Amino acid sequence: MADPQDQQNPETTAGPSSPATRQFISFRVGDEEFAIDIMAVREIKGWTATTVLPNQQNYMLGVLNLRGTIVPIFDLRCRFGRGLTQATATHVVIIVSVDDRIVGLLVDAVSDILTVNAVDIRPVPDMEQTVDSAFLSGIIPVGESMVVLLSLENLFNQTPSAGLPAIAA
Amino acid sequence: MSGSNFGSDELAQFRKTFFEECAELLVDLEERLGALHPYTQDVEGLNAIFRAVHSIKAGAGAFNYTGLVRFAHTFEALLDRLRDGKAELDERTLPCLISAGDVLAALVDTVREGKTADEAFGADVRDELESLMDGASGGASPVPAAKADAAPTGPQGYRIVFRPDSELFRHANEPLYLIRELKTLGTLEIACDTSRLPDLAGLKTDEAYLSWTMTLRTDKPRAAIAEVFEFVEDECELIIEPLADAVEATPEAVPQAVTIAPAAVAVPVAAPTVERAAPHPEGKAEQKASVASSIRVELARVDRLVNMVGELVITQAMLAQQFNENDVGQGGHKTLQGFEDLAVLTRELQECVMAIRMQPVKSIFARMPRLVREVSAKLGKTVHLEMSGEQTEVDKTVIEELADPLTHMIRNAVDHGIESTEERIAAGKSPDGTIHLSAQHVGSNILIHVEDDGAGIDRERLLRKAIERGIVSANAKPTGEEIDELIFSPGFSTAAAVTDVSGRGVGMDVVRRNIINLGGRVQVQSTLGKGTRFTLVIPLTLAVLDGMIVAVGEEKYILPLTSIVESIRPERGQIRALTGGYEVASIRGEFVRLVHLARVFGVPQAVGEPWNGLVVLVEQANGTKIGVVVDELIGQQQVVIKSLQDNFDPVAGISGATILGNGRVALIVDIEQLTRLADRPHPTPLPNTDAPSSLTDELANVA
Repeated sequence: MADPQDQQNPETTAGPSSPATRQFISFRVGDEEFAIDIMAVREIKGWTATTVLPNQQNYMLGVLNLRGTIVPIFDLRCRFGRGLTQATATHVVIIVSVDDRIVGLLVDAVSDILTVNAVDIRPVPDMEQTVDSAFLSGIIPVGESMVVLLSLENLFNQTPSAGLPAIAA
Repeated sequence: MSGSNFGSDELAQFRKTFFEECAELLVDLEERLGALHPYTQDVEGLNAIFRAVHSIKAGAGAFNYTGLVRFAHTFEALLDRLRDGKAELDERTLPCLISAGDVLAALVDTVREGKTADEAFGADVRDELESLMDGASGGASPVPAAKADAAPTGPQGYRIVFRPDSELFRHANEPLYLIRELKTLGTLEIACDTSRLPDLAGLKTDEAYLSWTMTLRTDKPRAAIAEVFEFVEDECELIIEPLADAVEATPEAVPQAVTIAPAAVAVPVAAPTVERAAPHPEGKAEQKASVASSIRVELARVDRLVNMVGELVITQAMLAQQFNENDVGQGGHKTLQGFEDLAVLTRELQECVMAIRMQPVKSIFARMPRLVREVSAKLGKTVHLEMSGEQTEVDKTVIEELADPLTHMIRNAVDHGIESTEERIAAGKSPDGTIHLSAQHVGSNILIHVEDDGAGIDRERLLRKAIERGIVSANAKPTGEEIDELIFSPGFSTAAAVTDVSGRGVGMDVVRRNIINLGGRVQVQSTLGKGTRFTLVIPLTLAVLDGMIVAVGEEKYILPLTSIVESIRPERGQIRALTGGYEVASIRGEFVRLVHLARVFGVPQAVGEPWNGLVVLVEQANGTKIGVVVDELIGQQQVVIKSLQDNFDPVAGISGATILGNGRVALIVDIEQLTRLADRPHPTPLPNTDAPSSLTDELANVA
């Protein structure tokens, strides 16, 4: 019965990688690859039906029972303004911890664990066409393609970012 | 590992423990002080107070809080005289003791915050304590004669057998100091028994081998000797007996450990042999057991335990449900039996765990006598407080939340409820007012009554004021009960003059909000000229709730059972639509506003018409009834309340969540918010919930 909040993984347990490298979990939403800091990830589970909370934003899918903790689930695709995900059992919920809260992110599939040298993380270009740039904290080049690094803090920040209403406000 | 120099961490830990203990001691102190009455000899109470002050002093000494030590010392000295009957507990002493308790608490607070108390702080109280002490010793008091166990006649002596356990040394106590202390009481003859001392080779440095038999000739009472050993009494074998008795008594009359009594004084060396034969391991165990009858546990740990057991209950229910759904094959019967046993066990386990958090309401009730005494003295009234049901238990978190509202209500009762003495006499009542405070269990709730025999609510004046302030429209015709309800409106005070006791009407609305936050309700009943009675209905615990599971479309919601009056399937003719989208149902001549849960929460595929679904009649905290329209009732269940707000923001209309037997989350409906949610054409999350629902709103809603 591991309490998710007990597993405060300090940065020092990053394993064999040198201090200059960081690890990310990458996942797919639609055709795009995103990544989040592996330290924020508590667990990954398959989609199960949620209990809908009344009168919420449409990307707020409701709450799940995670071994006794009530966890709100957000549809990332919808959060990015691309319509609701028709969630099936093959969809994946990534449980992350953001600002002392435990939340779940509905994504299409988890892809990989990336170990990246900190200097290889590129800043986000000023103009971003597809996603609101406030959610992004960097770009990781992987081979020919790239993975967009998400800023969880901004994704769930209470203060509304430009053009988008804040989550759960 | 344990060096003599403590690290700063350890010291901080000790300090923390000290302040935790202080907090408990101060609560006990206040309770005991409140129970004292002038001119009574409550030796036990005084002893308890003395011990509390003494323990604080001892701890404070260890941390060098000199100001605190000095004050505690003076306080303690007066208490000592009182319990020895050398000073009398009169109406001058008692208030002084109470204010000394306050000063002590304030001093503890000051040092806890790391500040140094102002030299002058509490000096007046200390002076008064001292003056009381002098007065008592000066005016040769005739009181002690009446006292039973003090007041020794002439000089006499005691035989003291003192045999330290190794524990005593481990706690850094030094027998030498104790013996020196004894010497200050009178003439002391000491014989040291070294017979247990092994050869040097077999000597263990942390064992206790020595014991002493002492003869003390003194005119001090036995208590004075016991006090010397106060802090080591659990860590040694100690026998204190009057010398005369020891000599004269027949062997069987004397406790078995000292059957050598007649020879004791003359041949102290003989003592050890007999003593070793005495069954001291049992005696010791007994003593330890009484000490360990309670333990100090961090609340967070208990909370965790409560949570885990909650999970266990849910998992158990889930397993049983799955088993029942599957085909029961061979041996299924036995398994079924096992599940039933498991269900019983888990339920008992849950009750046990919940009971850990339960505490008697006494801890808050005990503050009230003093409050009544102070407030009534300030107002020049004589008010008696009667209490009953102090032992009624309720969850610790509930107790904490209950203290403020209850204090306020009692203060209100003394200030506004009870009339002045002249008015009472004029009304032909007893000049002394009475407030009755009681607690009792009713189902899974605790009922607290605050009842006064004062003037009652003057409805006419109340309504006039309400209209004056625009709380009620001038042409409204509220019923008597609805007028009484007005006292819970924000910023409403009917006191003819604002006093510094109850303030400016920031009262009952706050009380009501606090109680609602606890999931409870406040009701008021009043008879003009006879008095007012407030009733608080509060759930025993914030962790579980008796709920009714209802279905709306695909969703399931939980309505708190305490709010539910009844549920009905109305006839079509009972429902009437009003302008503005309101719907009312006529139930036995009463018009009740209907709220469709499906509409309020935006649930699709729900039953639209009330006559095809069910109407659950619920009562809001202010007494207003509304009909909640749902599809069907699923059943009644005790549910473990989970917070949504740990990981999400407050959701309007939802007070919490729980987990059902199938592992799904179900939401608990906040009855209080439903009407306001329904009033919005397209309900959006409310920023907060403290907008008051005024009587006029409710009246308009009821049509």
